[in-house]
Amino acid sequence: MAWLSLEPFCRWLAGTPVSQTIQTIEWIIPALQTVHILAVACVVTSALMIDLRLLGLGRHDQPVAAIARRFLPFIWWPLPVLAATGALLIAAEPARSLRNPVFLLKMELLVLAAGITLLCQIPLRRNAAFWDLSAGRRRLGRLIALASLPAWIGVVFAGRWIAYIQGV
Amino acid sequence: MLDTFLQALQGSSIATAIREGERLFPWIECLHVLALAIVVGSIATVDLRLIGLASRDRGVAQVTAAVLPVTWSAFACAVISGGLLFSSNATTYGHNVYFQVKMALILLAGINMGIFHLFVGREMESWRTAALTPRRAKVAGAVSLCLWIAVVACGRWIGFTINTPT
Repeated sequence: MAWLSLEPFCRWLAGTPVSQTIQTIEWIIPALQTVHILAVACVVTSALMIDLRLLGLGRHDQPVAAIARRFLPFIWWPLPVLAATGALLIAAEPARSLRNPVFLLKMELLVLAAGITLLCQIPLRRNAAFWDLSAGRRRLGRLIALASLPAWIGVVFAGRWIAYIQGV
Repeated sequence: MLDTFLQALQGSSIATAIREGERLFPWIECLHVLALAIVVGSIATVDLRLIGLASRDRGVAQVTAAVLPVTWSAFACAVISGGLLFSSNATTYGHNVYFQVKMALILLAGINMGIFHLFVGREMESWRTAALTPRRAKVAGAVSLCLWIAVVACGRWIGFTINTPT
């Protein structure tokens, strides 16, 4: 039912000058998608590096705190770029995403992934050694990593599936 | 000769299954995008360190050692998934200019990496902070970063010049 009320909004958005411009000039959409994917690369790789460390895989020469300090900013600061390029892509073809269940799924997974990232980040603010402190903490850290990885992978996969699922 | 090969590839049972199945292509494409994102993201980690924009207090050798296993694993996934996507429509992709440029750029990125490791990277152990990283290493990082950004762009443009969902 919620989709129904979106239809006039999608139609209005598709008629705006911004949308019309993006639709008419052929290179804009692939260029926006390129920037979007580069920002996704930044976020996903950073999440992966933190998660691998939490899981105890790969190199062990730095504590979780040091890895998190290096990579956490690269999860958060591409988000405005993703929001901006994503919003322009939505403006170009509103119904393609706004009325698409996979787009909704992508947004839900994004909130989940960001929430899991905060679960890892907030304790570090009070105590930088938090995740290295005890065996119990390390186990909890592993659980967070095991939840974080599928959430971020889900965001990427859902993003690609938007192109293949028709908006309703 | 090349066309014969492309046609044979396209006619293989795997290629046919990917081309004719409705869901196989998008799933493999998901894997390809994820793998490529990790390849580019992890290489950018090294490049940004070489240029001196990130991980400034950590040695280049340490950054590289931590990241390269991730890069190579993801690269293997990207090559396999990309090869499968390519096979499904080999004759069309093979003649697509963006595909050809993309392959050339990956080759150039490989050559850049080879030159770096042979001639510039030998003294990598001594670059403990960003201030100690010489200019030629910064250039190698910047070249690599630009090449990989162009690889992503070409990949996206392939989708827009070949008639598949974008």
